[in-house]
Amino acid sequence: MSDNGAECTISGTTLCAGEASGQLLVLAEPLSFWGGTDRKTGLIIDTHHPQHGASLAGRVLLMDASRGSSSSSSVLAEQIRAGVGPAAILLTARDVILALGALAAAELYGTHMPIVLLDSAGAALLRREDTPKRNSSSVLKIASLHVSVQAGGDGNAVVAFPAHVAPGPADPVTKRGTP
Amino acid sequence: MNTLALTAVEQDMLDGGRGAGVAMAMRMVVALAGVLGAARLIPITNAHIDSCLYHGQAGLDFAQKLAGLGATVSVPTTLNTSSLDLLHPGLVRLPPEDAVPARALMDAYRTLGARATWTCAPYQSTQRPAFGEDIAWAESNAIVFANSVLGARTERYGDFIDICAAITGRVPFAGLHLPERRRPTVELDCRALPAAMLDHEAVWAALGDVVGRQAGSAVPLLTGIDPDLVDEDKLKALGATAASSGGVALFHVSGVTPEAIEAAGDPAWAGLPVVAITAQMLRAARDELSSGADLSLPVDAVALGTPHFSLREFEKLSVALAGTEPFHPGCTVWINTSREVLAQAQEAGLVQQAQDLGAKIVVDTCTYITPILGPQERTVMTPSGKWAWYAPMNIGVDVVFGTLEECLASARAGKVIRDERQWS
Repeated sequence: MSDNGAECTISGTTLCAGEASGQLLVLAEPLSFWGGTDRKTGLIIDTHHPQHGASLAGRVLLMDASRGSSSSSSVLAEQIRAGVGPAAILLTARDVILALGALAAAELYGTHMPIVLLDSAGAALLRREDTPKRNSSSVLKIASLHVSVQAGGDGNAVVAFPAHVAPGPADPVTKRGTP
Repeated sequence: MNTLALTAVEQDMLDGGRGAGVAMAMRMVVALAGVLGAARLIPITNAHIDSCLYHGQAGLDFAQKLAGLGATVSVPTTLNTSSLDLLHPGLVRLPPEDAVPARALMDAYRTLGARATWTCAPYQSTQRPAFGEDIAWAESNAIVFANSVLGARTERYGDFIDICAAITGRVPFAGLHLPERRRPTVELDCRALPAAMLDHEAVWAALGDVVGRQAGSAVPLLTGIDPDLVDEDKLKALGATAASSGGVALFHVSGVTPEAIEAAGDPAWAGLPVVAITAQMLRAARDELSSGADLSLPVDAVALGTPHFSLREFEKLSVALAGTEPFHPGCTVWINTSREVLAQAQEAGLVQQAQDLGAKIVVDTCTYITPILGPQERTVMTPSGKWAWYAPMNIGVDVVFGTLEECLASARAGKVIRDERQWS
């Protein structure tokens, strides 16, 4: 799964249980799903958002929290139903609006989209991995970082991604070999 | 994960002893308690549902599943605006693929036992929650009004959980249900605002825009406002806009709102960081709420009643319209209100005059959430900060924000009439 046979893991707290993986999408600004995303396509339609036009479908979203209307719960649930929702959402705040959308979809359709609460250090590490960086002579474009999310019903969640760049000693991650 | 302690009754609900519908609702409430990290649930006395506005099949599936499993609400429950005006068929130009499920959604919530109020201003009803009651309200303007003006206690509830709280009569003991979370965290000093300026609801909406931007989702305490200048319509305008520009779910006004009156002299309410609010900040908010509009273009419509027009606002409108010319034929004045307030206003003889001058009444829904305005209505004037905030995104119009008097003068002239004296 990774280029060098190692992966980084970040532990978090389960807000909504589930397992998923997908390409990471780091939102540069908060997003209201209601009014800001298309319920039929999963595209970001907020013209003021810097990632206007990007698709949420199948992506592992990293964002601090949503903003705006509580109708966003319905929009997220509808996107999950229609198969155009995110694969997983990683947050740094306990966002009730998004959690309710995922919980309703799980209740109705048995589709368990994981939502994980990360601490700020874990989120910062993912953000850093997401920015394109120069590695000797080649530019490693890690905007397509593949992330897997396991959010257990016991409250413990693990976010894993390939260890393209070894983390510094201060980073709150552990490195483990791929089986 | 936290350990959530349930009472025997709550456990029975979760286990299906009160029916499969109650169990489904309780699973959602318990899951939310986990997300919030709550240690227990508390009973509520009232609920207000926003999930009755159609946002796709999932919302309809959820309501129909609960209804199909035999669930009904266990506390008095009101319904927010929907996508349709059931009293004025044909007014809403929603395509059938949306109108049919939107109507089915409304029917499902009636089946669940909620009252067909269809209003974003359930606090204007004769029956409303009292001080200190724990309630589960959705809809941001209703939430901030209930917390701030009524002194009832609700967290920011939204889709799906509103109806589940109504069915189970329980919510997680978290957020704004906790007394310590209701204390102010920032003081907004308003003493520099001229009293004459605070005559106008729209000025309070502009103040709300500033409050939302300053406070974010914190709890602001407004000081330096003469209590005699305040009424519920002004607090409605303030809260609705502060909940649009920020995430304000509770504000206090010294000497006015019930918790501020109760806390007079409480040291926990003193020594807050202070931000001075100026008239210039309100004028800047007015201009920001008008962003994008070309003030030299004709005014095609005026939007009143967001949140829904109150009986007192019908009275104020009646006074403002006495002896005036009809509205310009190219400008439609839209008034959103609830069917309950409309009936009261009609009985009081406060509606016909506006209609004779050319105004149109909308109930059950609102002009910014569903297609009502015609394609030729491009530039719209409004005294509502919430309408100004959301209509450009929702229905693609340009907005000019102004006081009610400016809006009515503009509606008569068919073009923007500004009165700077109202803003100084």
